[in-house]
This record gives sequence, C-alpha cells and structure tokens, in this order.
Amino acid sequence: MLFCVFAKSELRHLFEVLSYNCLVGPTVKETSPESWPLYAYEQVFDFADLAFEHTTTSHSPKKYFLPHRLTMASYALNDQSWRKEVHFTPETPVVFFGMHACDINALNRLDKVLLDSTYPNPFYAARRRNTFIVGTSCSPQPFCFCESMDCETVLHGCDLFITDIGELYFCEIRSSAAYQVLQGISTKEAKSEHHALFIQAAKKRKAQFTSQMDTTDLVMILDMEFQAEVWHEWGRRCLSCGTCASVCPTCYCYGTEQLIDLTLGSARKEMRLYSCNLVDFAEVAGGFNFRPESATRLKYRYYHKHRGFVEAFEESLCVGCGRCGQACLADIAPVDVIASVRREAEEDG
Amino acid sequence: MDRNVPVVDILAADHIHRRKSDLMRYEYCHEAEITSISPLIDSVKLYRIRLLDPAVHSTFSFVPGQFVMLEVPGIGEAPFSISSSPSRRGDLELCIRSVGTLTSFLARCERGLRVGISGPFGTSYPLERMKGSNMLFIAGGLGTVPLRSALLAVLENRSRYARVDFLCGAKNPAFLLFADEYESWRNTDIGVQCIVDEPDEGWSGQVGMITSLVDQFLSSGISLSDTWYAIVCGPPVMFKAVCSTLLAAGLPMHHMFVSLERRMHCGKGKCCRCNVGSTYTCLDGPVFDFWSVVNLKEAI
Repeated sequence: MLFCVFAKSELRHLFEVLSYNCLVGPTVKETSPESWPLYAYEQVFDFADLAFEHTTTSHSPKKYFLPHRLTMASYALNDQSWRKEVHFTPETPVVFFGMHACDINALNRLDKVLLDSTYPNPFYAARRRNTFIVGTSCSPQPFCFCESMDCETVLHGCDLFITDIGELYFCEIRSSAAYQVLQGISTKEAKSEHHALFIQAAKKRKAQFTSQMDTTDLVMILDMEFQAEVWHEWGRRCLSCGTCASVCPTCYCYGTEQLIDLTLGSARKEMRLYSCNLVDFAEVAGGFNFRPESATRLKYRYYHKHRGFVEAFEESLCVGCGRCGQACLADIAPVDVIASVRREAEEDG
Repeated sequence: MDRNVPVVDILAADHIHRRKSDLMRYEYCHEAEITSISPLIDSVKLYRIRLLDPAVHSTFSFVPGQFVMLEVPGIGEAPFSISSSPSRRGDLELCIRSVGTLTSFLARCERGLRVGISGPFGTSYPLERMKGSNMLFIAGGLGTVPLRSALLAVLENRSRYARVDFLCGAKNPAFLLFADEYESWRNTDIGVQCIVDEPDEGWSGQVGMITSLVDQFLSSGISLSDTWYAIVCGPPVMFKAVCSTLLAAGLPMHHMFVSLERRMHCGKGKCCRCNVGSTYTCLDGPVFDFWSVVNLKEAI
C-alpha cells in the first residue's frame, strides 16, 4: 500500500479535482432541537458545504446503493401476451467524499451477500461498480461501538483513506484511480515521522471509544439464550416501526410488488426496502405468521446480524455505527440488548 | 497541472468484477403459457404450464423438491413447488391454492394466459443417494404437492428402489390431493394409506391424524434403520411430531427430509423474507434434512 501526506489546505483542491463527477459527501442537513448539526450524505457542489470532519450522518450512504424504492423491471402488456424489460444499465459514477470506516465496512459486508453469491444483485452491482470512495477517520461518538465489531479501520473497499494527523492529512492510496487523482494536488511521500503521527492518532482515537459490545462467543450465547426472558422485555418496548432497519447501513431486506398502470397497457415490478421488525415480514400464504410477536421479530434481527451472518460469512452484519440505537424511538440500543442477553446467560450459570 | 480527471478514470475504479451473464440471471424469466387448468379439491387447482421457447422447453430441467417463481405482470409473483415428474422438463405442473392476490387471479384466469417462470430454485430430495433403499413418503394436506414430484420420479424408476410407502393425511376425504392417482400408484407396488380427520358418510378408511397413521405403520413390524429414507411434507406442526416419531423408531436424522414453506420475494437469497438463522430457505432449502432443521431456530 502507498502512503502520502498533504497539507490540510489541499483538501479543497482534492475536492475540486473530484467534483468534475457527481460528488456526494456529508453536509449539515438540519439542526436538532438541541442545536446539534444533523448530517446527511447529499450531492455537494461547493467545498464550503462539505462537512468533511463530521460526527456521523443520521442515515448511512446505503440509499445510493440500495434505494428505498427501485423499479426492477417494466412490462409492456398486449392482450394475453406481454414483454418484460429489465434495465441493467450502469449508473453514473459517484464520488463519495468523506465516508467513515464503519460505512465502508458496511458496503464490504453487503458485497458478500449482494455480489459474491450465487445470484449477484445487478442493481446493487451497477451502483457499487461506479463509485470512487474517499474515506476519512472519524471521532468516536458516545453511541458507536465499531471498534467492538472490528470496523474502526478498513483494509479495502475505498480508494483513498484520509486521517487527520494534526498539521497534515495522512493518506492511504488504495487504487490506481486514486493514485491518478492525487496527481492533481500537491502531496509528499509519507516519512517515518508521519507514520508515527498516524499511529499516535489511531491510538488516541481508539481510547475515545466509550461504548463497547462484548462479542466473545456471541454466536453460542445467542443460541443458548434463545428462550431468554430479556427478549420479551425488549419486545414489549419495541414499537415494530422499522426505523432501525431504515438507518442501518447493512439492512438489505426487501419486498417486491407488481403495479399496473391505469391504462392497463404497462406494468412494473418494484422493489421496496423492508424491515424484519414490521409485523408481516415473515407472513406466508394463508396468513400464518412465523414471527407474530414483536419480541420474536426483534430477536430475529439480532440473530440475523450477530449469529446467522457470522455463520454464513464469518463476520457480523453489524458494523457498530450505533445509528439504530440513536434513531430508536424506544431507546433500544444494540449494546444494551446484547449486554442483557449476556447477563442472563451468566445468571443462568 | 491538469485537474480535470476524465470520468473514465473513475469508471475504472472497479474492484468488483462480475461476468455480465451472472448478473443477467437475476431478473430473467422464461415466457410460459398455462395450457390447462384442472380443479383438484376445494380452492386448489392443478395448472399445466408450457415453456414457450422451444430451446428452453427442451433444456429446462429440475429435480423433485425444487420450486419456480411464477409472475403475472401487474398482479404479483410467488414461489410454487413443482409437482410434476422431472422427466417432463418444459411442461410443469403447479398445484396452487387460492389464498392471496396472485393465486386468486390465477383461480379466475383461463387457459392460454401468458406467465413468467424463473428458476428452478432451491435444493431437492437426493433421489440418487436414495437408490436401493426403502422409501417412506409422508404428506399432510397440501404437503403432497412437492412430494408428488419425487414420488413420480420413483415410480418411473421403480426397480431402483426397494419398498416404497406413501402415507397421506387430510382434514376430510374431499381434501385428499391427487386421490384419483392413488390406484395407479398402488398398481406399481406402492403401499398407499390415507387417513382423514373429519370423515364423511362415504369414507370407509381410517380416521385420525397423520401421526396415528405413522404409528400404525411402524407398529406393523417395520424396523426403521439407515436402509430407509423418509420424505415428509406438511404443515410445520406435523414435522416435529412425525420426525420425532421416526427418530424414536430408529431412522437417522440425515435420512429424513422435510420441505419448509416461507414467503419468498426473490428466490435468490436476497430479499431475506425466507431467512431462518444463517440459512435462506430459497437457497439452502426448501428441502432440508431433519438434522439441519433441528439446528435452525424457528425453522418449524
């Protein structure tokens, strides 16, 4: 891997070099009632609008890869016969400028199920293929626990990764395209003193994580505590609203629906992102529901993230961004849920 | 210094390499026509579907236990088990009960309707591995649908299997699926026994639940061992009861196969609607051996 450093003033130039493409980055979208800035990934036209050193965005960049609604196919209807047309056209290239490690890791994990599988999802592939990602190190927030999920750093999935080392930015170059882009700004080769500053910055950041999730033997503990009372306690609080899945960078469950136009001359098949917390998620023909209670649906979500995905892909589907806990109207945070399950397992003993 | 980086360079930032043919498999469907519709029992009809492309018709193949996704534009898409023999290739038989939007539409439609068929998807009953063994088919209600495909495959290769028994349970005699075929199955040296829960006046057979029929079958001096295979299909509550009985009678868990039902929206392991634990019913199932199911929370 190649490393370089550049002056902080050069970030504007890097922005300008890349802004010849559609550039999406964190911006201040709203202000909370408590006067905190609320960040969102939006298309940015002016460097002044970019919030490069943001805390965390309310929503993940998932919407650019898995839109909430997507037309998968269209049909031309003609009496008894019809013709289906699926558009696998490549998407316009998008540059993501300032993505945190947890969100890049989220895309890497989505790749496993949406690309590296028997049936790759072409709609996701078209969007994922044409991206250039500039990652940036974050400042840990009280609610995020990405360190516990091994997601506070990235080894692949982005083109550039920029870390603040005081006077300079330390830059990891991870693709040939990134190397070419850096020719447009003034950079210097990273020396040993820069390496030392990078390591110090990483150490300092690591020490700032306050929220932890103990994942030791979590797969087994979740199996052992399948009937635990705590699931019912959390289930009683859960509103089954699906907000957690909406803000989660890795929730990819969806439903499809067929829609026919009023003229009866055409129809389309739409995909809509869904949530396993919604009441009809596991309903089958005839109305039988495999997970009718709120508690079983909440439990399933944790099982899918922390057990099922680990068994299938050897890592958790949760990246520890903490957005679900922050957005939850019932104050259900994954760190608390897993801690309570572990506690019950220990008390059983 | 030229800061105008051409768009093509960003397009080259491609760390995900995939063959286009792989991607094209995702939303592809075969054009098909419903060639006949026969009512079977109350609200259940048998649809014969022919794949229209001659090349696809002759090459389309499936194995018993697999399912296809059937779509009608503007109405819906749903998974259906194939209940015809695998030797029929491009002519499929789907047994469909009218319960939802798509199935109600199909119940009202006439032959000649053009539909889309994608698949086949999922795992199958390992009939090759079962050769030379005794076969026990146990069906409850609509469970006969996927099981019939396996049974027909066994019938067509009868000499390759030892003893074959088919036990079937239904709510009442009018709900026994494919009852008109039982006689021809019996003529091919297959033991066919039925039981109903609510008999009518004309019923002279056995009365009770499918578990009673299984108990009775086992008490007739049959000793289950690894020379037997069981294929069980029915409502979830039936799996636990029947498979526990078979296990207690000496049949190993990896010699019992069940077919799980879930509402699937894609059939490709992406929508997660059929996800159970670490498995997708559409990719890792719908056919599972009982050992796998025992290890899956909320599977049955």
